Amino acid sequence: MIFQTVLFYAFAGVLLLAALGVVFFRNPVHSIMCLVLAFFQSAVLWMLIEAEFLAIVLVLVYVGAVMVLFLFVVMMLDVNLESVKRGLTRYAPLAAIIALVMTAELIQVIWLKGQEAGLTGAFTPYPEGYNNTKALGSVLYTEHVYAFEIAAVVLLLAIVAAITLTMRKRPGLKVQNIAKQVAVRAKDRIRVIKMDPEERS
Amino acid sequence: MYPYYLTIVLSPLIAAIIAGLFGKQIGRAASHWVTILGVGISCVLSAIVLYEFYWGGAVAENISVYTWAVTDGLRMEVGFLVDRLTALMMVVVTFVSLMVHIYTIGYMHDDPGYQRFFSYISLFTFSMLMLVMANNFLQLFFGWEAVGLVSYLLIGFWFKKETAIFANLKAFLVNRVGDFGFLLGIAAVVLFANTLDYAEVFGQAGNIATQTIEIIPGQPWNAMTVICILLFIGAMGKSAQAPLHVWLPDSMEGPTPISALIHAATMVTAGIFMVARMSPLYEYTETALAVVMTIGAITAFFMGLLGLIQNDIKRVVAYSTLSQLGYMTVALGASAYGAAIFHLMTHAFFKALLFLAAGSVIIAMHHEQDIRKMGGIRKYMPITYWTSLIGSLALIGFPGFSGFFSKDLLIEAVKESHWHGQGAVYWIAYLSVLLGVFVTALYSFRMFFLVFHGKERMDAETKSHLHETPWVVTVPLILLAIPSAIIGWITVEPILFGGYFGEAIAVMPAHDVLAQLSQDFWHGSLALVTHSVQTPVLWLALSGVATAWFLYLKRPDIPETLYRKFKGLYVLLDRKYYFDDLWIKGFAGGGRKLGDLLWKRGDQFLIDGVLVNGTANTIGRLAGVLRQLQSGYLYTYAFAMIIGLTMLLGWLIWFR
Amino acid sequence: MIGLNHYLTLSAMLFVLSIAGMVINRRNLILLLMCVELMLLAVNFNFIAFSRHLGDDAGQVFVFFVLTVAAAEAAIGLAILVVLFRNRRSINVDELNTMKG
Repeated sequence: MIFQTVLFYAFAGVLLLAALGVVFFRNPVHSIMCLVLAFFQSAVLWMLIEAEFLAIVLVLVYVGAVMVLFLFVVMMLDVNLESVKRGLTRYAPLAAIIALVMTAELIQVIWLKGQEAGLTGAFTPYPEGYNNTKALGSVLYTEHVYAFEIAAVVLLLAIVAAITLTMRKRPGLKVQNIAKQVAVRAKDRIRVIKMDPEERS
Repeated sequence: MYPYYLTIVLSPLIAAIIAGLFGKQIGRAASHWVTILGVGISCVLSAIVLYEFYWGGAVAENISVYTWAVTDGLRMEVGFLVDRLTALMMVVVTFVSLMVHIYTIGYMHDDPGYQRFFSYISLFTFSMLMLVMANNFLQLFFGWEAVGLVSYLLIGFWFKKETAIFANLKAFLVNRVGDFGFLLGIAAVVLFANTLDYAEVFGQAGNIATQTIEIIPGQPWNAMTVICILLFIGAMGKSAQAPLHVWLPDSMEGPTPISALIHAATMVTAGIFMVARMSPLYEYTETALAVVMTIGAITAFFMGLLGLIQNDIKRVVAYSTLSQLGYMTVALGASAYGAAIFHLMTHAFFKALLFLAAGSVIIAMHHEQDIRKMGGIRKYMPITYWTSLIGSLALIGFPGFSGFFSKDLLIEAVKESHWHGQGAVYWIAYLSVLLGVFVTALYSFRMFFLVFHGKERMDAETKSHLHETPWVVTVPLILLAIPSAIIGWITVEPILFGGYFGEAIAVMPAHDVLAQLSQDFWHGSLALVTHSVQTPVLWLALSGVATAWFLYLKRPDIPETLYRKFKGLYVLLDRKYYFDDLWIKGFAGGGRKLGDLLWKRGDQFLIDGVLVNGTANTIGRLAGVLRQLQSGYLYTYAFAMIIGLTMLLGWLIWFR
Repeated sequence: MIGLNHYLTLSAMLFVLSIAGMVINRRNLILLLMCVELMLLAVNFNFIAFSRHLGDDAGQVFVFFVLTVAAAEAAIGLAILVVLFRNRRSINVDELNTMKG
């Protein structure tokens, strides 16, 4: 029990620090690294709750794909670091206030009202032989198959959109137009002429 | 006699339409022949009708010609009520109209609008006949408005003249004020009697007189008094009683024939006729009668005073008309309706005569109208001179002439009207009519002497052209002079004392001054003439003539001295007691200022500025402020969403 | 004793941090997108915690889909970023205000 508590607080603390790092680091690559760290922490925290499937998915998909994508873009863009200055913005005090207010509200809801709603107390443990992956799998393809298919379409959409947005034609590039090539007919290329034989002299 | 009535009304109308619409095609001569024919037929038939009523013993007829609309139980129809009062008025109107038509051939001889003029005066005759022959309030109002309209058209006949346009608009607008009261009166009649028909209203008169109406909440007024006073306001406008008299002197801008026809004999008498016709209503309300009498008295005396200083020959006669209308009104107020109508009749003749004679002088003087530039015309225009003399003598009430009978008896009737009480009303009325005799004589003979006698003050050029006017002008003068002289003798007894009017005019026994006069006073026409030397009336008239002779023939320097000594009085009279200023600057000016105020503050500032432009500007400014939220920066939008979310959460958590 | 409200608090704090990051951020657009990812992470925490507490697997299935959509969104967002950079040669958020009202 206590082990779990310590683990929880440790990883939660690192997570929050990592989030702060994301916001406050100057170098975008550093920010991304912090974000990766944050994801790893949250994966562990999810595992603590016995949602291991999603924890792994988080690492694989999110960190493995999305963050890599971020890194690619950051490194690809030639961002001029000096021009990116950092100063306290007009909104910072207001943002701080709003943040505090929101935190207060949420804490009020979660802790104070949570007493009445029975939100406190540890989680009820799963029965023996509980397999998170199996449980998810049995639900995913039966009850939520519709949403599953749509999620697949969304991913397709993302692919198509990303390509369409960024594709550009370079001027002066010589490429083949396959459609035109295939549609060529004989009479476009060859013309048969009948000629009389000439005198050999 | 129904076909007669229809013909009497329609023939001037048809003539007017022909002359008006086809005047150019048929030419000048044909225009005047067709209108004279139309009015002539009316005149002859009216005489026949009168004959039938008086000697033939015909009874009053109430005929409905055409029902125009029936709404909510209220019948609106065209109809004729012809009784002795109507017959008398018809004869007067058509006869004077016929005389004026003939006269116009000479007066408007050179005018480019010849056919238009004849069309108008025929149209006027039609309107006036519709008015007097009406059997319901709606037709009365139609005739009322129609004569007002034609009067407007005729006053502004020379429409290129600035003063004429001003005058005709003034006439129409002042009449409008009167008509407003009139319309309110008719509305009150409908409110209480639920009908527009005379007969039905008169039948309910006793009932209405017991009811009250609260115009100001908490102040009940007798319904009949209110109705009668409102109707009288209409009469004040039409018959030019003070303070709605201001249009009549200005109406002299129109050609003289119409001054004679409309503003002497017929249109202005419509108000008098109306009150006489409504006598069954007026008899129930002594308050209204007192009001009528007082206003008439004020008009009679004070307008006469204004006639003393006028220098335009037509203006003198105009103020004389105002004064005489005041006399008639006083008689109406004293419940001596017969006397008022009788004076109306005689006045129609001699006043039309005086106007036409003035017109004759004007023609001869090549349209010069200032009497200070005339004098001694007697030598050059004998017919005009003698007819003028007859007219003037009739006007001042010289014994034997028609005016004498009507005026004297009118004054006697007023003297007898003790039923008004012995208070201010009675004495104001009596003294006004009495002293008015002196004033009348003074101004009419001032004009007479200055024009026809004395030194010749016109220039040599005009003098050489001065001669009697053609027969188309003088024959009507003669034809009008005859009744001015003798009709009094003949008709006074039957009309006033012989019960001529019968049921046409209703008088309550308590108010019946004429009946009282007939008992105590009347001994026949000759007796009246001989008795007149004993009354103050004759001596006042004669002293007026004598004063005029003294001041203007014997010692013409005295008026000059008087003028200098009493400058203030002169100015007061010259400015017509500042009534014109009251109406023009006060009322109209005030109205314009109010309009200006509403325009600038109300419309421009308030509606356009604050409401229309203001809302647009406010929205614009608001949008300008709100626009700043669209900073273009993504995080601002996100931040806005977050703030909204926070507030929502806060509300949910802390305030629910 | 770690309970539901611990996880919820953690999630809330992550969320608030990411919002603050979004608002304070003036430097570059990539940071904005990363803050979005953080926000989604916070939400996922919430889902998983409740799913565990209520014993209903639907929460975890939902997280699955959120992950999917987040990936798709990140991809498209970055594509847009690339195109933007090509045209503007800058990813400074301050300069992206042509939609200003």
